[in-house]
Amino acid sequence: MSFESMMFIDPHVHMVSRTTDDYVAMKNAGVVAVIEPAFWIGQPRTNSGSMLDYFSWIVGWERFRAQQFGIRHYCTIGLNAKESNNEKLADEVMELIPRYAAKEGVVAIGEIGYDDMTKLEERYFGLQLELAKKFDMLVLVHTPHRNKKEGTLRSMDLCEDYGMDPSKVIIDHNNEETVKAVLDRGYWTAFTIYPGTKMGNERMVEIVKEYGSERIFIDSAADWGDSDPLGVPKTARLMLERGISKEDVRKVSYQNALDAYSQSGQFNEEDWLNRPLIDQTQTYNGNTVLRGGSKPFIEKKGSDKDDLIIE
Amino acid sequence: MSDSQYRTTIQQVRQTILSWLEKRVAEEKLNWIKTTGENLMGEPEDWELFTSFSAVPRHTGKAMADLTDQEKAEADAQRAGWKPGNWRVDDLGRVYLLLCYAEQGKEKFLDRLEKIFITSDMNEAVALYQGIPVYPWPESLKLRAAEGVRSNITTVFNAIALDNPYPKEYLEQDPFNQIVLKALFVGSPLFRIVGLEERANATLARILVEYSQERRSAGRVVSPELWRNVGPFIDEEFEEDIKWVLSQTDRLQLKGGVMALLSSDYSGKEELLKEHQDIVREIEEKNITWDDIGKEFEAVSG
Repeated sequence: MSFESMMFIDPHVHMVSRTTDDYVAMKNAGVVAVIEPAFWIGQPRTNSGSMLDYFSWIVGWERFRAQQFGIRHYCTIGLNAKESNNEKLADEVMELIPRYAAKEGVVAIGEIGYDDMTKLEERYFGLQLELAKKFDMLVLVHTPHRNKKEGTLRSMDLCEDYGMDPSKVIIDHNNEETVKAVLDRGYWTAFTIYPGTKMGNERMVEIVKEYGSERIFIDSAADWGDSDPLGVPKTARLMLERGISKEDVRKVSYQNALDAYSQSGQFNEEDWLNRPLIDQTQTYNGNTVLRGGSKPFIEKKGSDKDDLIIE
Repeated sequence: MSDSQYRTTIQQVRQTILSWLEKRVAEEKLNWIKTTGENLMGEPEDWELFTSFSAVPRHTGKAMADLTDQEKAEADAQRAGWKPGNWRVDDLGRVYLLLCYAEQGKEKFLDRLEKIFITSDMNEAVALYQGIPVYPWPESLKLRAAEGVRSNITTVFNAIALDNPYPKEYLEQDPFNQIVLKALFVGSPLFRIVGLEERANATLARILVEYSQERRSAGRVVSPELWRNVGPFIDEEFEEDIKWVLSQTDRLQLKGGVMALLSSDYSGKEELLKEHQDIVREIEEKNITWDDIGKEFEAVSG
């Protein structure tokens, strides 16, 4: 199996903020499936209607957009920590979550957790853990940027207080300081390759060398900031170049994310293995991404594209 | 209960859908649908309605229902013009649950139905719009149906636009015309729009001719189906456009132009048809209809 034939999953990426060029680049780099966790959008929402439209967007239009480029799109639904601090908004959003939780392709409640570790953040984190138990769903936990180690430990404590089975919880945005405790307590341990603030991929190589590949996987968390939607395939290539075995690379860039999220019953390898060739004439011909009358992109082996001509 | 859409009753429509499901879904899964339906007729909490509606494919799978001719006839016997021939099994399950919930009465049903529409994912939206012909209180669904016509997702647009008798019966002229124009725009076949002939109008004819001019200017193909709704309104104003169609080399395009002329009473008709007597004969001998033109165009362009 050559690098070129490897498949990747990016289990955390905010595609609503990305362009169609990113979808094309991800597809070309071997990304077959993405998970879009519900999160904040760079500035706070001021009413729950904004959240309703956002949830509808990630189960609807964004899924459709991704499909158009040959990538399967899944999502998680939840109230993020930052916006949990707006109590009125938070209460209303809690009412919305059950309207989305059972939809197709919703693989977890998330991303939830702590940001500043306020009382309100803890309250809505807990309420959503309760909801996850009630609906028998997985949970994706966002660990805070600041005070990360304490936030991560407290997140796991809270999950256990609510009776969550660690094998049903993904703890994300880990680093060298948190990895051991999270692995030791039996959680899925995710790392975000995000320039500047989270993990760099050379550090990631060292982590896999030290801790191996069991229950560890990587994501890009690419969003509206200076981030890289090719974080997963680039890191996989770097790992191979630095001597990590192909099997381990496959686990951290594909198989472990699949194993973790397929527990939901909503994340199935057949979805992309049996994907029909992309044909925009069949699925997607509205007036936004493809303007009416524009020539549909029909996937063909060895198709010859002339970059200069716009029809 | 208002049931102006039905030839029978909502109970019988439900029973019919259930009988189709019985033949396609394993007993245990069917029991889930039945139990859930009963619950929705009782005193369900809102989240039970929302989550069970979403969860239907987990129980039924997502195969095409492939209704038999007999079953399609049953559909029409329940509700005139109802064509669930392209529905999937989960669509049947979802609409069944909604028809159970309708027992809650008009106000509650319409409010929760709109909430489900608002939060729907792609497959749910398809099921919801396809189901419009069998919901009670159809008069109250006009704005919702018109909203479906605005969808950018072709499958969702098709769910309201194609094989669906509701637009013909309930939508005003403007949204109906939008359906025809948008179907052309997104490449959906016109012959599957219900009521094209009945709803033909001069405004639509003019919009279509202008659209054909735009396509010509851009060097893009014009669907021969476009001329179906232009035919009865051909006059001097459209003569140049018809001449343009008749100057095409593609035989299907020519047939479209000739069919349009045959359906018009324009005084210049015979003169225009003179050079195309072979096509006139073919149409008469083979009894070619607009649906045939649409199907042939779909086959060559699809």
